[in-house]
Amino acid sequence: MSEEKSGTKLGLPTPGDVLAPLALQKRTFKLTGPRLAMLVCTLVAVLSFVRIVTGATELDSAGTIAAAIGFAIPIGMAGLGGLWSERSGVVNIGLEGMMILGTWGAGWAGVTYGPWWGLLAGTLFGALGGVVHAVATVTFGVDQIVSGVAINLLGLGVTQYLSALVWPGQPTQSPSIPPIPTFTLPVISDAAKSLSQQGWFFISDVASIVRAITFQVPYTTVIAIALLPITFFILWRTAFGLRLRSCGEAPYAAESLGVNVYLHKYIAVVVSGGLAGFGGAVLATVLSGIYREGQTQGQGFIGLAAMIFGNWRVGGLGAGSLLFGYTQAMQLRSGEAVHALLLVIVIGMVALAAWQLYRRRFVPGAASLVVAGLVFFWYATTDTLPDQVSYVTPYVATLLVLSLASQRLRMPAADGKPYIKGQDH
Amino acid sequence: MRKFLLAVAAPLLALAFALLVTTVILLLSGHPPLEVYRQMWDYGTQPDSLVLTVNLSTTYYLAAVAVAIGFKMNLFNIGVDGQYRLAALFAAFVGGHVSLPPVLHVGVIILVAMTVGALWAGVAAVLKNRRGVSEVISTIMLNYVATGVIAFLLAPDRFAELIEGSNNIGTKPIPPSAQVPGFDVVSGASSQIYGTIVLAAAVGVGFWWMLNRTRFGFDLKASGLSPTAATASGIDAKRMVLYVMLLSGALAGLIGIPQLLGAAYTYNLDFPAGLGFTGIAIALLGRNSPIGIVFGSLLWAFLDVSRQILDLSGVSKEIVTIMQGVAVLSVVIAYELVRRYRITAQQRDVGRQLAAEAELAEATA
Repeated sequence: MSEEKSGTKLGLPTPGDVLAPLALQKRTFKLTGPRLAMLVCTLVAVLSFVRIVTGATELDSAGTIAAAIGFAIPIGMAGLGGLWSERSGVVNIGLEGMMILGTWGAGWAGVTYGPWWGLLAGTLFGALGGVVHAVATVTFGVDQIVSGVAINLLGLGVTQYLSALVWPGQPTQSPSIPPIPTFTLPVISDAAKSLSQQGWFFISDVASIVRAITFQVPYTTVIAIALLPITFFILWRTAFGLRLRSCGEAPYAAESLGVNVYLHKYIAVVVSGGLAGFGGAVLATVLSGIYREGQTQGQGFIGLAAMIFGNWRVGGLGAGSLLFGYTQAMQLRSGEAVHALLLVIVIGMVALAAWQLYRRRFVPGAASLVVAGLVFFWYATTDTLPDQVSYVTPYVATLLVLSLASQRLRMPAADGKPYIKGQDH
Repeated sequence: MRKFLLAVAAPLLALAFALLVTTVILLLSGHPPLEVYRQMWDYGTQPDSLVLTVNLSTTYYLAAVAVAIGFKMNLFNIGVDGQYRLAALFAAFVGGHVSLPPVLHVGVIILVAMTVGALWAGVAAVLKNRRGVSEVISTIMLNYVATGVIAFLLAPDRFAELIEGSNNIGTKPIPPSAQVPGFDVVSGASSQIYGTIVLAAAVGVGFWWMLNRTRFGFDLKASGLSPTAATASGIDAKRMVLYVMLLSGALAGLIGIPQLLGAAYTYNLDFPAGLGFTGIAIALLGRNSPIGIVFGSLLWAFLDVSRQILDLSGVSKEIVTIMQGVAVLSVVIAYELVRRYRITAQQRDVGRQLAAEAELAEATA
């Protein structure tokens, strides 16, 4: 499996392999500050246009955006955990199990000692799951997928058992966890609220976003968002991060340069578990206010999907989490707003087609136009969408990204390969 | 002999370790471990429990074989879970809506189940072959998509109807012409063993035959042991991925059959979920071998049945889930350690032999 994943048949680098990344670098689209700002503005403008045309105000109301950010946090934390682990060359599909441990830890300590201790306990519980994964995969060199599956099983069993011990009367859920304090920017958030209710093009939509990020924002959201740049800084701007990433790209080369590969992998996998646990803790403490059995509902896997969607990069993973969080928020909104989203997809596909035709790529351009037409037909002939459409969106989006952009995705070269010290050949 | 001992030692050691962990946890939470084990044993060996164990292990066996066939060539079909649920839904729907003579009816249902399972798995195979998408990720995603599709289809105006006297909804019940009768094997039991156990046995024999007596099985094992050597000897890797994935999905389609034709006769909201993951665990426990999986699935089913008594004695029955999880993790670690031990033992033997030959050459010289 490992051979196939690297994409090369024999595992020997050819001159083409060495030069390809250099050639790619010239062509790849670099997301600079101004470009990002333009992209966000375009997105807001499109959403605003669709909102005015369809009258679906919930499409980007302050409530929707706040909910989207809220849902994106656990996904993003699980994804960030996946990023740490996979950057060091350890595939972690046990994120779900570590997240379950995190929800329970938050429930138990949150009820007993208060929400902040709950978050800490959740993080530690998740990290404990990471330790198990590290022992199995790094020390013993067990297949990483297998270990991940076992940890998902264990995470569920351990939390169910502990629940029955701690809450004997009602073992499937905890008493309610006291809430985390929130902050509100007084003047700005009120001004944003009144602006957002005007229904103006673009301005009201921007105001909704401002309202969402200034009114009753839990401090965990701030911590979680801060963890993204912190991770980027540690992994891409420090010597430690370089060493950690080198373990995921070429562990034997790193070993020959004196890097302690085992240690770096251990740290990465334990941090990974901790982040997933923190995500689970946020899920229990902030989103639900309670620990409930099965409340993760595959969020760990969505986090993994967000990381792949984001091409094993911090920024991409943040965007992916936000997108998937948005689809989750839409599940709770009116069918009208979800229906209006189809129009957003139509506009996106038309823009993509125009771009492809401009680049003289006629076949993909025509295909995009056909898709746009079909989606528009769907939009025009229906009034609501089945509930399940927004449920499957993250998974379908990930499959689409993987199948359409797999040439542009680049996972760490030694991701998933067991490493045994001194066994290079 | 050493080979056999090593093969048996790993799972036994792992089970002993799992038992040890469970015992420690029981002691820590203030329950007498021996008493708990005795209760489980007494309950699990009652006639009705034995029937239940065998029936459950029929399903588990099919699930584990579906997973194992991919594992044999390092193809991780995590999507068995979605494949069997989707297959069972379609099979139940078709089975309830056609009227055919008895044997043919069963055949049609099984055929539908295998086809749907194979097609859903085929998506992952095509994505892997054509677009280079890892089957681990795509099958995980497809599991959730399957959940969405099932939730969409299992609605009153589509595949399902309201079951009278409950809030449950399910497909139209499968008529008697496709209900497989059971066997009375265990004396004193009020329930019967699924007739579809024959199907599981046939799958097991077929799996063994395919692995050890056919060229396809050889290609499959070769691809798993060394992809480069397999490619060099002319095995088409992409074709293998496609065939094995389709086969794995078709077998996954069978997982729901014992339940569907032997007990439930309908696919409703209570249809067992998560069997695909149980299958992964049992395949690992049984080391992907047709015979090993028999023991693995019987053990797993026995634990699942006998833990039901624990609720009455105040011990949380999730202790068994922990035991199962620890067993799986420690069994793979044990196999890895045994594999490493074998390699060093082999190197030592070769070294000893060479030294002896050199000594002999010296003595004669």
